[in-house]
Amino acid sequence: MSIINNINKAFDHRIRLGIMSVLMVNDYADFNMLKELLGATDGNLASHTKALEKEAYISVEKQFIGRKPNTRYAATKLGKAAFKKHIDALEKLIGKN
Amino acid sequence: MESKKYLEDISEIKNMMSRSSRFISLSGLSGILAGVYALIGAFMAYQVLGDLRTGQNFIERYTGAMSVLEQLLLIAASVIILAAGTGIILTHRKSKKSGEKIWDVSSKRLVLNFLIPLVAGGLFCLAMIQQSHFGLVAPATLIFYGLACVNASKYTLGAVRYLGITNIILGLISTQFIGYGLYFWAVGFGVLHIFYGALMYFKHDRT
Repeated sequence: MSIINNINKAFDHRIRLGIMSVLMVNDYADFNMLKELLGATDGNLASHTKALEKEAYISVEKQFIGRKPNTRYAATKLGKAAFKKHIDALEKLIGKN
Repeated sequence: MESKKYLEDISEIKNMMSRSSRFISLSGLSGILAGVYALIGAFMAYQVLGDLRTGQNFIERYTGAMSVLEQLLLIAASVIILAAGTGIILTHRKSKKSGEKIWDVSSKRLVLNFLIPLVAGGLFCLAMIQQSHFGLVAPATLIFYGLACVNASKYTLGAVRYLGITNIILGLISTQFIGYGLYFWAVGFGVLHIFYGALMYFKHDRT
């Protein structure tokens, strides 16, 4: 049961899982990069990033590149630790069966 | 049932991590062809230099009077354009298959990091030609090309790293054999491309 408890509900979705995976290996990723990689629509991606932001797993930085607004995301320390725990739990669950 | 979903999650994580950090559609076949072009180019350059000794001219028959340096530059430029063109076309085809965009964040990062040492090296070599230090041009091209590959390899398939390291070593060895630059070129740009291109082709292209 304890392993099941380590499965994090916040990552229990393909898009959110993808966002965290990208941010684990990249210092940061901007909105369009995530959109391209995950094949998500604007609204869909925005709602998932917001959910992760609410958990304080990712940080959001809004800035302007020239005149264009640019939103970029980075994984927080908390988010990285939580995601690692989630991956460990997944691997243990697979190994068990 | 549950464990199948977990397995899917794990493979999705792996897929996203590698796709977001590395450009994996690089075509191995284009490496092989680039090597073949380089060998043909080296052979033509050998002819041109040979003509220099015999007094007969190989390209001049077709293009009118050109200096040896111009002929060599023409050959080099043709090889580069052909190799880059083939690389872009084949990589484009491969990226279509794997669903990876050819001009996305990872490929831009790859090209940029490849070009930084390469452009620096290219300018350095032009400066050496300008100052008439011809002997070290061939070693320098190999060394800088190797550095470019090593630098770019962080963002693409692992074989590129070994291609780079081998070229750097070859370039350094060739500094001790001035005058044999063409042979080292043929090995570095020709044989090594074919070897590592084939390695990449059998490992990645055919999956």
